[in-house]
Amino acid sequence: MIYDIEYETMPREALESIQLRRLQATVSRVYATVPHYRKKFDQAGIKPGDIQQIEDLQRLPFTIKQDLRENYPFGMFAVPMDNVVRIHASSGTTGKPTVVGYTSRDINTWAELMARALAAGGATRGDIIHNAYGYGLFTGGLGVHYGAEKLGASVIPVSGGNTKRQVVIMRDFAPTILTATPSYSLHLAEAAEDMGVSFQDLSFKFGIFGAEPWSENMRKEIEEKLNLSAVDIYGLSEVLGPGVSIECHEAKNGLHIAEDHFIAEIIDPVTEEVLPHGQTGELVLTSITKEAFPVIRYRTRDITSLNPEPCICGRTMVRMDKISGRTDDMLIIRGVNVFPSQIESVLMEIDGVEPHYQMEVDRKDNLDTVTVRVEVSQQMFSDEVKELQRFEQRIENDIKELLGISVDVKLAEPKSIARSEGKAARVIDRRKI
Amino acid sequence: MQAEQISIFLENKAGRLSEVTGILWQNQVNIRALAVADTTDFGVLRLIVDDNAKAEQVLKNAGFTVRKTKVVAVEVADQPGGLHSILEMLYKSGINVEYMYAFVRQSGDNAVMIFRFDQPEEAIDVLSQNGVTIVEGARLYTM
Repeated sequence: MIYDIEYETMPREALESIQLRRLQATVSRVYATVPHYRKKFDQAGIKPGDIQQIEDLQRLPFTIKQDLRENYPFGMFAVPMDNVVRIHASSGTTGKPTVVGYTSRDINTWAELMARALAAGGATRGDIIHNAYGYGLFTGGLGVHYGAEKLGASVIPVSGGNTKRQVVIMRDFAPTILTATPSYSLHLAEAAEDMGVSFQDLSFKFGIFGAEPWSENMRKEIEEKLNLSAVDIYGLSEVLGPGVSIECHEAKNGLHIAEDHFIAEIIDPVTEEVLPHGQTGELVLTSITKEAFPVIRYRTRDITSLNPEPCICGRTMVRMDKISGRTDDMLIIRGVNVFPSQIESVLMEIDGVEPHYQMEVDRKDNLDTVTVRVEVSQQMFSDEVKELQRFEQRIENDIKELLGISVDVKLAEPKSIARSEGKAARVIDRRKI
Repeated sequence: MQAEQISIFLENKAGRLSEVTGILWQNQVNIRALAVADTTDFGVLRLIVDDNAKAEQVLKNAGFTVRKTKVVAVEVADQPGGLHSILEMLYKSGINVEYMYAFVRQSGDNAVMIFRFDQPEEAIDVLSQNGVTIVEGARLYTM
């Protein structure tokens, strides 16, 4: 179901004219009310009046997490505290937390966007939503909660933790929609199994999972174990919280960005150059309706690409690919930016290849060399050496085509590569620079 | 008429081959013939054993990538030109040999060669018509 037909299916031209108007208003407002932005814009020699078309956004300076930390706690707020009705904060495990505020209108916008997101993920007024995102400073719990109420569904504010009680509630209240982090959903599945409760007997139809990156393989696992259709939701507190983008359950192929509230760009994280649609890079978001905490060209550090093709669900909003990594994981090989996730996507496209791989980066005679070890699967194994070599060759060619770098592919025995989601296991960088 | 061979993917790492032979020994599987094809980074071990099903199972359980392949065991006269005459028959019939290796035991006075053909049925026809004996799987495994 499309919650807001008018906006979500708006022709691109009309959408872009709304974006420009809202961008101009936001830029004028942050220039007038947030010292940080005024200083940055002045340094760049840009006045709000210079924003004449959407492309002029590219002339504005980026905002990074460090900027938010330096203005801790409320320095980036664009309204007086009188008008702030809610404060959220990130966990701050790697430094000072980042603090964000919302006006009453911001809360309403957020609820609208979450209602859209829940509807795109399969929820309707008649559904019961088991909301296992944490309630508190984290935006997940309350974000889903307000959206569910806006949509008119029944929300169970179960929050995170106390897993056994959650299983009892899932059995007794028969919720039809699950909202949780993907990893917690699998934890719920295990706990239910231990308690003798089968997800096959529960009433879930859809699950809306986010707040951490997850792969297509994890989607398969969740859908099988939880017996529901799983979609991805994206957001970050610096920009809004959940609801920035959502996968529609019809296509499950990219997350529609709420472009009437945010402008998305993809940049090369090193050169900071804006990349055309389809190219992979860092997602940069600008909020164009937020009052208390607007962000201009916020560098998310999340790696994705944008797809403007029309979607079968009818929404006209651009789709971002599932987040495939963080800029922190990026490698520069012979001057080319390489994300381990890109290697993974090449492997996933080849029939019979297991997505288990390891990149070994070395420097020989001042030249970077990359060896990609790929586990051989039962399906692709041949008793003929030349067939196996052809397979290596094909992977090498596909990587060369996508990334523009030559790598050496070596087939490896099954289970010989360590199983871990972390960067450490995927990449061994032996270069001494 | 075809016989079964077990192929195993091996990385070029010290001790991998002995791991395979160790597993087969522990499970009382007897190796009848063996050949390794290798590149700089991996190899394919080809085995003829007395119990294919068991060998495949225990190696898979141990985490190896294993595949059963059909091969043809051919009797070759144990004299100069014995192998040559067979290869010539195949060549004239347009049949390609993907690879071949020798079997340890003899069949009477003849040597036995294991062949992997691109067209095994045609190869068997050509060889049989020319009076060459094909050793069937059941006999081969216990020879």
